[in-house]
Amino acid sequence: MTVTESSTVNPGPDPTLEAQFAETITNKDRIEPRDWMPEAYRKTLIRQVAQHAHSEIIGMQPEGNWISRAPSLRRKAILLAKVQDEAGHGLYLYSAAETLGASRNELTEKLIAGKQKYSSIFNYPALSYTDVGTIGWLVDGAAICNQVPLCRTSFGPYGRAMIRICKEESFHQRQGYELLMTMMRGTEEQRASVQESVNRFWWPALMMFGPPDDDSPNTAQSMEWGIKTHTNDELRQKFVDMSVPQAEALGVTFPDEGLKWNEERGHYDFSTPDWDEFWSVVKGNGPCNEQRLAHRKRAWDEGAWVREAAMAFAEKSAEEVAR
Amino acid sequence: MSENPTPASAPKGETDTTGSETSTPRGEWPLYEVFVRGKRGLNHVHVGSLHAPDDQLAIRHARDVYTRRNEGVSIWVVRSSEITASSPDEKDPMFAPSGDKVYRHPTFYDIPADVPHM
Repeated sequence: MTVTESSTVNPGPDPTLEAQFAETITNKDRIEPRDWMPEAYRKTLIRQVAQHAHSEIIGMQPEGNWISRAPSLRRKAILLAKVQDEAGHGLYLYSAAETLGASRNELTEKLIAGKQKYSSIFNYPALSYTDVGTIGWLVDGAAICNQVPLCRTSFGPYGRAMIRICKEESFHQRQGYELLMTMMRGTEEQRASVQESVNRFWWPALMMFGPPDDDSPNTAQSMEWGIKTHTNDELRQKFVDMSVPQAEALGVTFPDEGLKWNEERGHYDFSTPDWDEFWSVVKGNGPCNEQRLAHRKRAWDEGAWVREAAMAFAEKSAEEVAR
Repeated sequence: MSENPTPASAPKGETDTTGSETSTPRGEWPLYEVFVRGKRGLNHVHVGSLHAPDDQLAIRHARDVYTRRNEGVSIWVVRSSEITASSPDEKDPMFAPSGDKVYRHPTFYDIPADVPHM
């Protein structure tokens, strides 16, 4: 075994290195940060992991808004814990991106400049506390559906971050469903509020899996590299199949006339999401795009003096120790 | 060196596994902590420590001491004096605050058994 492998990254297309990379992928083994990898693989991963990290951080906003208006101390403690988890998930993912040579500050600045995206779902507002429940059930449910297969993604640090995240995410979905169950046992008005909230979130939740397979140009390459293991449409179908019985148990319906069991396929049929709306939101025209980015920018700008002061204090302390 | 040194036994300001101060006495090789990745896809895990005169030899010694039976595909070594660890005395203030937050666990939420996939 070689124990003194070079730490420098070799960008050249050396046939031996390319063969080793291909073999690792074929064996469904993991690529680790010091392995040689094609530049396009590195770039694709940085883009995907950064987008994922940004989604966790931006995702704190719709629900964070409700922490100070929680209906009880119990709900407040739960929501605080959940939003705190999202911050942690963002940090795990930024760390994974950093093992690919990305700089965290640079990623944040690209997000703020609109050069990197985050999940479109967070451009929809949370209008009531009921939405905290619906987001937990459907939005976190869709995220789990997407993230469980990513635990086996080909890049080691990304997969390990996903394992930690999935373990923690389970509470997010359950607290949401429990919140909705509680409301369904309440007044007529509360039940109507749950149905209204589910109606608003169903289609955006389905869009979380990304565009349909025939309109997703990066999917084939990502699957070849083992970054993705399922297509967008496969995951979307899985989510629909999982969610329908949950909705029945809860006593709500999804706003889709075309939703029905297909005995032959062994899956639920459902209508096509409004992809024009999806692309419009991706391009910046959703209800909250501007607000989300403006908030993130404000937090970044207003936090600058804290980051600088902490560095200055650390440097001063180090000087004192050296003296 | 003890058979199973813990990271907390070595770092800054504390005594290392041999019981001496971490500031290395003249002539003694510094102590290194060794982390091994068992296979691709897994984290590096702390497996123990050893003495070595420099970083490269620490890697070679770690290979000989800790991976003689295919235990690993990658090794990290770091000078024990470079590790900052929480102190055992701080165990309560550090970790007790998470003890009463049962709502961070999925089992805190009662979901009927007939609700699938949750």
